[in-house]
Amino acid sequence: MTAPGTEPPARRTRTGRWRDQLIAYGWLVLAWNLFWGEFTWGNLLGGLLTAGVVLLFFPLPPVTFHGRLRLRGLLVFGSRFVVELVRASAHVARIAVQPGYTPRSAIIGVRLRLPTDLNLALTAEVLSLVPGTLIVEVDRDAGILYVHVLDVRGPAALATSRAQVHALERRIVEVIGSNAELRQVRTGPVDKEFP
Amino acid sequence: MTPGAVADWLAVVSLTAGALLSLAAAIGVLRFPDTLSRMHAATKPQVLGVLLLLLGVGLRLRSPADLGMIVLVGVFQLATAPVAAQMIGRAAYRAGRVDRNLLDVDELADR
Repeated sequence: MTAPGTEPPARRTRTGRWRDQLIAYGWLVLAWNLFWGEFTWGNLLGGLLTAGVVLLFFPLPPVTFHGRLRLRGLLVFGSRFVVELVRASAHVARIAVQPGYTPRSAIIGVRLRLPTDLNLALTAEVLSLVPGTLIVEVDRDAGILYVHVLDVRGPAALATSRAQVHALERRIVEVIGSNAELRQVRTGPVDKEFP
Repeated sequence: MTPGAVADWLAVVSLTAGALLSLAAAIGVLRFPDTLSRMHAATKPQVLGVLLLLLGVGLRLRSPADLGMIVLVGVFQLATAPVAAQMIGRAAYRAGRVDRNLLDVDELADR
């Protein structure tokens, strides 16, 4: 894998595209074998054929990442995600069974510092599983996620939710971002107020 | 206790916790005031509930073939539940099925 910016853009996009297709192909073959429950030559062959057909008829959108997977970031993200999933579940479960309590909510727009497709998609996906937040709408051009916040108690809670989304974005970029993207997220301005 | 017995007991704990969380999710879907709040119940406790149930089943079955399938179910659950909730939430919002009295702020409406 070459560092971004060392190849001409056109060529880099094409090789990046091939690399993405190849990675997707590998995952599909693996999933096929797991579905059958065992790794045999027959399953491998079937997986190669099925994955080829799937990628041919349902091509992936050109979402690519030029960074690299950081193991340390992945560990931090993973452990934090498990903790937050448990906290979120406990929180929602508690207010679900609390008698006579009607939670108030809000919809806030959060502008991500790094509005790439991959970052938008991953942040949107994960923030639905961590405490308080649920994705409602994505403004892809502006890089804004519209987030539903459950159980709001005053304006300070909304500022906390915004900060949480930005912290989540940073943890994701620390797993998959390139060095330049990481700098952008670490030093980029955080909008206190929307937009 | 043999390792098998320990795994069985952990499976009991996981299965019970997963079932209780799924129950709480169902109660939340039933009791929350509007669609968007209900989607919170349909994602967080529901996903963790399924993951705990899968963990319990995996600890009890302990065969590689089943574990592969269990891992797949878990991964797809994590990947699809937020997407499904977003599609339903977005449709509900666009159809105006949002209780505005319960919203403190709505920055999507100002867009």
